[in-house]
Amino acid sequence: MNMLREMTSMERVMTAIGQKEPDRVPLLLLLSIYGAREMDLPVRDYFSRAENVVVAQCRMLAKYRNDCIYSFFYAPVEVEAWGAEVVYCEEGPPNSGEPFIRTFAQIASLEIPNAKSTACLARVLQATALLKQEVGMNVPIIGVVMSPYSLPVMQMGFERYLEMLYDRPADFEKLMQVNEAFCVSWANAQLEAGATAICYFNPLASPTIIERELYARTGCAVDLRTVARIKGPTATHLASGMAIPVFDDLVKTGTLIAGISAQEDLAVAKQAAAGRLTLLGNLNGLDMVHWDTQNTVRIVREAIQKGAPGGGFLLSDNHGEIPWQVPEEVLMTISEAVRQWGGYPIGRADESSVPHAV
Amino acid sequence: MSDMKEQCSQFENALLTLDRVGALRILSAIRQESPEFERMEILISAALESIGLKWEEGGISLSQVYMCGVICEELVESFLPMNEKDRKSFPKMAIAVLEDRHALGKRIVSSIVRSKGYLLLDYGSGLTAGEIVEKALEDKVDVLLISTLMLSSALKVAVVMDLLRQSSSRIKVIAGGAPFRLDPGLWRNVGADADGGNATQILSVIAHVMGGADE
Repeated sequence: MNMLREMTSMERVMTAIGQKEPDRVPLLLLLSIYGAREMDLPVRDYFSRAENVVVAQCRMLAKYRNDCIYSFFYAPVEVEAWGAEVVYCEEGPPNSGEPFIRTFAQIASLEIPNAKSTACLARVLQATALLKQEVGMNVPIIGVVMSPYSLPVMQMGFERYLEMLYDRPADFEKLMQVNEAFCVSWANAQLEAGATAICYFNPLASPTIIERELYARTGCAVDLRTVARIKGPTATHLASGMAIPVFDDLVKTGTLIAGISAQEDLAVAKQAAAGRLTLLGNLNGLDMVHWDTQNTVRIVREAIQKGAPGGGFLLSDNHGEIPWQVPEEVLMTISEAVRQWGGYPIGRADESSVPHAV
Repeated sequence: MSDMKEQCSQFENALLTLDRVGALRILSAIRQESPEFERMEILISAALESIGLKWEEGGISLSQVYMCGVICEELVESFLPMNEKDRKSFPKMAIAVLEDRHALGKRIVSSIVRSKGYLLLDYGSGLTAGEIVEKALEDKVDVLLISTLMLSSALKVAVVMDLLRQSSSRIKVIAGGAPFRLDPGLWRNVGADADGGNATQILSVIAHVMGGADE
């Protein structure tokens, strides 16, 4: 029986991040395009008005009894700010179009977009401010930035960026200077608008994408400098990439939270984090599309059993966004399972009572 | 056999350390001993498959897989130019990125296929299902390799399959990319003929869908 009073979402999340046990496991469903589905709007229309995002986030907060607001619109909003193309599709997140850096020479003339006066970014700031008015200090608002180290995949394309990483250190340094300045100003503008914390997306820090030696030589210093200048708490998300091998690097940046891949074992991650990082994850968002009730409860309970004891755990997906195709019923079941099995202290798994997949 | 194993290990090491000169030296030595492409191909296949396996196990990164593929493609190009009659033209194959613009996966697979001496048509990226099918039918390909990044694009492989069925086509479709890696049953759900695996296994997958023995 849980004897603690029910905490607000903010208290719950902050307690967990403080490596203590809250009343129950915080549930961070990271819902962004899912809002368009909630509002029954085409994705492009949905993101064209800050008010749509505010209404959808508030509705989904109540509907799924979620413990966070996610003020993230879509990843390419950052390259849209530099004038790049965004490609919309019907039932998926907007994607970046043709890279806008086509030659290395262009890097020298890049101008940093002003977050407050660039329409696509200003919309995110407006939504953040309106959401802050709605939830006050009761619910954490999670803003998002792309790491300066990972942003070039959208700015110049993966192949050209890899060529630069391996063979053009001077161009790399130039681009990082520009990206760091942009990232810091964009993150701090969101915090100023009302975001509680910043999710720092950095898939290229994962050894799934870039080998640790190269990251240590290139991206690690970039992340150290950038995270230190963000004036609020950060969560580093490797967007499905393996995180455990770079825990030491992440800790050095001062980030408090690490997104864990669905391919990693939460028990192993828990041990490796050793109270230095809060784990965020690691439900497989793509697999979630097919989960039935029994599977959902089993998987949620297993994640809780492995990650939650002692605090330092936020139940979420592995990628940083719930896919459009995940049925609402699955999200409702996840939410219900967290209430059923996520109350502290976490009980030991009684194998006979854990439902198994049929 | 042990010589081959040792050569393979050295070649793999040269690739992973981006030592183009060292890799070229190993292939040149093989070429001197045996002018046919086959022995070189066996070495390249073995090294790339080992590299793919290491990536799956988390031992190396995607960027290393990419660089190894690119180096192999460049080396093979120097021995076997693209227009060389010795290039294998059966099965006739094409590759495309469905809807997404990110072409890294396509490039890795292309490098691997070409480094094994095959011809491969490249339809580019950001294509719709209809555009890909139209090109594949026009070119009368036997195998269509489709790369995707986002789940929403991966699900459009089902549209490709529908369009091919409507055209009574027997083109085999192999789907690949992150959504298929994270959801191992997805290729079946969208009706593809196979999942591309970790890219370095692509030739085995192609042989399988064509009804032959795995490479």
